[in-house]
Amino acid sequence: METLEHIISEHSFFSGLESYYTNLLTGCASNVRFEKGTYIFKEGEEANEFYLIRAGKVALEIFAPQRKPIMLATVGEGEVLGWSWLLPPYQWKVHAHAIETVRAIALDGKCLRTKCEENHDLGYEMLKRFARIMEQRLEATLLQLLDVYAAGK
Amino acid sequence: MTMATAATTDFMLPQPYLVQQVVKETADTFTLTLEPSDGTGRNRFQPGQFSMLWVFGVGELPISISGNPADRAQLVYTVRSVGKATHALVSREVGETVGVRGPFGTGWPVEKAEGRDVLVIAGGIGLAPLRPVIYEVLHNREKYGRLVILYGARSPRDLLYRKELTAWARQPETQVLVTVDYGGLSWRGHVGVVTTLFKNARLQPARTLAFACGPEIMMRFVARDLENQGFAPENIYLSMERNMKCAVGFCGHCQYGPHFICKDGPIFPYDRMRPLLEKYEL
Amino acid sequence: MTLQQLERLVPALHSRGYQVIGPIVRDGAIAYDVVESLSDLPVGWTDEQEAGRYRLRRRKNDNNDDEALFGYVVGPQSWKKYLHPPEVRLVTAERSGRTFRILNNEPAPPQRAFLGVRACELAAIAAQDRVLQGDRYRDPVYAARREGIFIVAVNCTQAAPTCFCTSMATGPRVRGAYDLALTELVGPGRHEFVIEAGSDAGAEVLAELAPASASSVASEALCQEAEGAVERAASQIRRRLDTTGIRDLLYANFDHPRWDNVAQRCLTCANCTMVCPTCFCTTVEDVSDVTGTHAERWRKWDSCFSQNFSYIHGGSVRSSAKSRYRQWMTHKLASWIDQFGSSGCVGCGRCITWCPVGIDITEEVRAIRESPASAKENNHGNS
Repeated sequence: METLEHIISEHSFFSGLESYYTNLLTGCASNVRFEKGTYIFKEGEEANEFYLIRAGKVALEIFAPQRKPIMLATVGEGEVLGWSWLLPPYQWKVHAHAIETVRAIALDGKCLRTKCEENHDLGYEMLKRFARIMEQRLEATLLQLLDVYAAGK
Repeated sequence: MTMATAATTDFMLPQPYLVQQVVKETADTFTLTLEPSDGTGRNRFQPGQFSMLWVFGVGELPISISGNPADRAQLVYTVRSVGKATHALVSREVGETVGVRGPFGTGWPVEKAEGRDVLVIAGGIGLAPLRPVIYEVLHNREKYGRLVILYGARSPRDLLYRKELTAWARQPETQVLVTVDYGGLSWRGHVGVVTTLFKNARLQPARTLAFACGPEIMMRFVARDLENQGFAPENIYLSMERNMKCAVGFCGHCQYGPHFICKDGPIFPYDRMRPLLEKYEL
Repeated sequence: MTLQQLERLVPALHSRGYQVIGPIVRDGAIAYDVVESLSDLPVGWTDEQEAGRYRLRRRKNDNNDDEALFGYVVGPQSWKKYLHPPEVRLVTAERSGRTFRILNNEPAPPQRAFLGVRACELAAIAAQDRVLQGDRYRDPVYAARREGIFIVAVNCTQAAPTCFCTSMATGPRVRGAYDLALTELVGPGRHEFVIEAGSDAGAEVLAELAPASASSVASEALCQEAEGAVERAASQIRRRLDTTGIRDLLYANFDHPRWDNVAQRCLTCANCTMVCPTCFCTTVEDVSDVTGTHAERWRKWDSCFSQNFSYIHGGSVRSSAKSRYRQWMTHKLASWIDQFGSSGCVGCGRCITWCPVGIDITEEVRAIRESPASAKENNHGNS
């Protein structure tokens, strides 16, 4: 049976992280499972965790009046779901919808925030890794905004 | 007029082809199957090449060939109706005639991919010029390594060749990943631009040749990402698009820096395109 | 050779089946058209040219009271009018039922002789040869008109202020493929021509004009005088275009502020591309009759200055005037070298003369050369 610490240290998101930190993270981690069709979190709810997706697919969705619901992106195996836990007001901006049954490691954001405040080296590592995800998300959004397939061949 | 002179003007004169079949792919995109009206099956082409399709009295358009290169009897084109001439083209009925010149331009260097993995990256209707590559690889499966197809479209309704995508995914050593920019809530696939598929594609950059076709800005981001993943720029090929009138380098319209897209391209290695792609209004 | 002897030239060409095209005066300018005799030429005329200015004038007004046949420089037209026509029908087709057939019924163009081809124009023909029949495709329209052309070249003995052939190494002395080359010598009480043959066909015609005899062979002194007249034209040339490393200079200055500056003056009227003897771009227009049974495709000169030139679905690639001027000049002087192994500019100065606002390509190059953009600006992307 794989230990939580092993799963965390093997996850690409935490690759290269010193074992001291993976050990710290494991203290805030737990195994979770979301059935297909359920919501992992909803817009406006308090954001107190993030997820390392081990299997399944999560759709990020947003709703607006008089418009069809929009699926912004999908997050799947090997990826990280959620960064709203990291910055105030610690509130989700979108819905996370398990469109397949999802197995994941949940990391307790409250617990982690405290540890990051106490240990800025850990905090810096976390910010660096999440900043990368935000940057990728921003680029993807940029391309969506350009609506690239609308013109050209 | 002597035979020799007639032969040299062949590329200037549209040859009549009969419309054999018209298939609606999406709301505005259609696939036309043409065969020579004199019944001869002599349609050799390289995957990635294009023809000039002429609608009598309306106009002529450069359209990539999207059929199977092994099938010499027919020429297949997938056309998006976006203007007067394309609309006239997709409105042809079975039995009507379309003028064909070509094929023109350079093809995807599939021979260079023999013994290697093939990565096909398409955006929107950019899958059409790449479909002959997919046919070629699947038809000569033993000559090539893994085939990875990454395909992005605006929405699920804009996906081309849906049945074929499913069938390709079942082929040995073949991975097909599809993504859309805007998924409706009934869409259970991937959402995000085509570059977000890279993390799910099992790629070995050192032994893979990448062929990308789609809107220029998409190819810019794709090529940049592939390079970051360890692809050598000369192993990434892009299909470029510019205005074309003649297809043989006479009309000047398709110039892109020093290149004529029609005769030097449309397929170019990324190392030759990289200095130009970021130049605005080149 | 005397004028009387030269007068046999046009009949000699006619007798060999050539339609003779030469300079004439039309609409206040030197044009090229069919000539029946030397008297159709602009006898006693000269031209005044400056940036944005062109005027014909009688030569006697400036103390050259002579009857020179070639006493002017170049007009707005060039020989591409005949070799690469402004409008040509590419295809004629007729519908029958649900199909159509192509009628391959274009009459063969006449066999032509060009009379009065200047050195820069000879270079321009060579440049278009490379574009339209030098690669794997040969333009059949061009090739049919170009093949068997008889060229009577003329050495320039005077230059316009807009000329810069010496910078482009194309003139004023004719070089390359001609059948006959003549130098006109005029002065008080004299009108002579020194003619040399550049081909067997030329030698044959020359022999007919002046049967070989001691009197018809130009003396050493006369040849030197002719050479001197051409050198005088060269020395009159004031405009300079420094071509040193010009390809890399223009490539490196894609974002130079000078392009914005010229764009404020450029009207994107396309005059420069129409008068340029090497500009070759074309578009194709479809026409059909009302019944829809007859269709034609016409190829027409086009210009990279037009908004539609670079249109692909969604819009034009080059929508700003800046980008279109930059494309024209960069193509002419830089990318042409990559494409065809030579410059696309022959230094004839037509684009300077016929620009309604007097934009001068030599001045634009100088402005960029004298203040190259910094390396940082060069590397700055526009995405």
